[in-house]
Amino acid sequence: MTETLIAALFVFVLASFTGFEVINKVPPTLHTPLMSGSNAISGIAVLGAIVVSGERNTSLTVILGLIAVILATVNVVGGFLVTDRMLQMFKKKEAKA
Amino acid sequence: MTDFLPTGIQLTYLVAASLFILGLKKLGSPATARAGNVWAAVGMFLAIVATLLDRQVLNYEMILIAIAIGSVIGAVVAYKVAMTEMPQMVGLLNGLGGAASALVAVGEFWRLLGSGEPISLDSNISMLLDVLIGGVTFTGSFIAFAKLQGIMSGSPITFSLQQPFNASLLIGYVVGSGFLILDPGNLPIFLGIVVISLILGVMFVIPIGGGDMPVVISLLNSFSGLAAAAAGFVVMNNMLIISGALVGASGLILTQIMCKAMNRSLANVLFSAFGTGSGAAAGAAGGATDQTVHSIDAEEGAMMLGYARSVVIIPGYGMAVAQAQHAVRELADQLDRLGVEVKYAIHPVAGRMPGHMNVLLAEANVPYPQLYDMDDINPQFDQTDVALVIGANDVVNPAARHDSASPIYGMPILDVDRAKHTIVIKRGMSTGFAGVENELFYKDKTMMLFGSAKDMVAKLVSEVKQL
Repeated sequence: MTETLIAALFVFVLASFTGFEVINKVPPTLHTPLMSGSNAISGIAVLGAIVVSGERNTSLTVILGLIAVILATVNVVGGFLVTDRMLQMFKKKEAKA
Repeated sequence: MTDFLPTGIQLTYLVAASLFILGLKKLGSPATARAGNVWAAVGMFLAIVATLLDRQVLNYEMILIAIAIGSVIGAVVAYKVAMTEMPQMVGLLNGLGGAASALVAVGEFWRLLGSGEPISLDSNISMLLDVLIGGVTFTGSFIAFAKLQGIMSGSPITFSLQQPFNASLLIGYVVGSGFLILDPGNLPIFLGIVVISLILGVMFVIPIGGGDMPVVISLLNSFSGLAAAAAGFVVMNNMLIISGALVGASGLILTQIMCKAMNRSLANVLFSAFGTGSGAAAGAAGGATDQTVHSIDAEEGAMMLGYARSVVIIPGYGMAVAQAQHAVRELADQLDRLGVEVKYAIHPVAGRMPGHMNVLLAEANVPYPQLYDMDDINPQFDQTDVALVIGANDVVNPAARHDSASPIYGMPILDVDRAKHTIVIKRGMSTGFAGVENELFYKDKTMMLFGSAKDMVAKLVSEVKQL
């Protein structure tokens, strides 16, 4: 294994632990928003898609990359907006109570 | 792809990753959740802008067009979707994320083939994992979507030799991977791996029934994160690895919570095709058939509710299907007017995704303090006059407490049978998702109100108004 890969594995494992620590003990009311919010974050694959489709020619790579950009952007934008819509409902209700 | 990236981009990634972590933390508390979502969105925006500045990225116009198309579709979908359709929506978005991650690996493989660069062992393994996880997330999520949307039957689909078939797919994947590692750049084998991964996703979700969807949706959520992390290994980008790991962890936590709420292991949920013709279910059904059911009409139901001191409402998937949440809120308002104390009892796996009932009741403007979790409400049923069950079944079946032969034995339930009276709104006497007869319906103090949740609650509202 190369040094780059080892470093990347370190990042992966440490980030996973961070995730477990940060998200533990979420009240049930927020389960759905948490899921759709983190779902939007998984659209980060858009970065990889941008890098792959970065070349200035029309190869299959670029076409696949561009399709990936579209799909991931739907995931990102749809995910964040729908989460906001849900949380807005929670907010409104709290103000009334 | 291990080219040097300018420091500025990397530092922006660091900021974006921090924003994700802080955003997720804020998402865990009701007061800060909305801000948390915005923080995460800002992080995402920064990360995307930074990546566009990468000097490898020359194809700006096309990429910006693709981003614009994706944004418009995403925004339209997010504003059009009804709250009752939220499980499908989350499932669909999971699938898109998985597909994008898998495409990154396929695109990168193609690029390496074309460039004639040698494919290193590291990137080979990363691509193989990315294709597997991304592919499974993609097709698995679409099957989940089809089941939730009603395009496909929600019941488990099983066929003979299913397990051997799945095992041979897995072996095919492992053997194919072995070949590809020995012979990097073998296109037919790579494509074979892609196809196997896609089929595995389908096979993974079809044997899982509707009631287990909360587990599947959160697990696929976790997978979509892991797929993004795998894509990060393919293009060696820390931002993807960190974000993917965060999402993977959060999905896994939710999966654990859901499994615990059903007292079942993850393996049991994934591989047992729950509720399909098990002997125990048949036995329980046979024992219950000669018992009588007390059926009442809306007028009697309204009397019981209106003259009670305390009422606990137990919503289930049936309320979501009938979109009865607004009618339920109205009923609660009318009862409140008569001085009845109304509470809602939410089982962790009620509905089709984690927190499903909470979202629906929030949409209907039910005040947050009236919602109670299982552990908080169960001790209160003894002092409750009427427990009103709307479209829930297995989560209120007392057999889970005492009948060790029942498939749902050991699952924590809402103890509605301990209330002085129980009213159950239900279409008919059909069994719940687990295929188990519910002895609650046959108890002396249980009254059945047969009809669709929405109609019946509406009738109750008009009857209670006249009290």
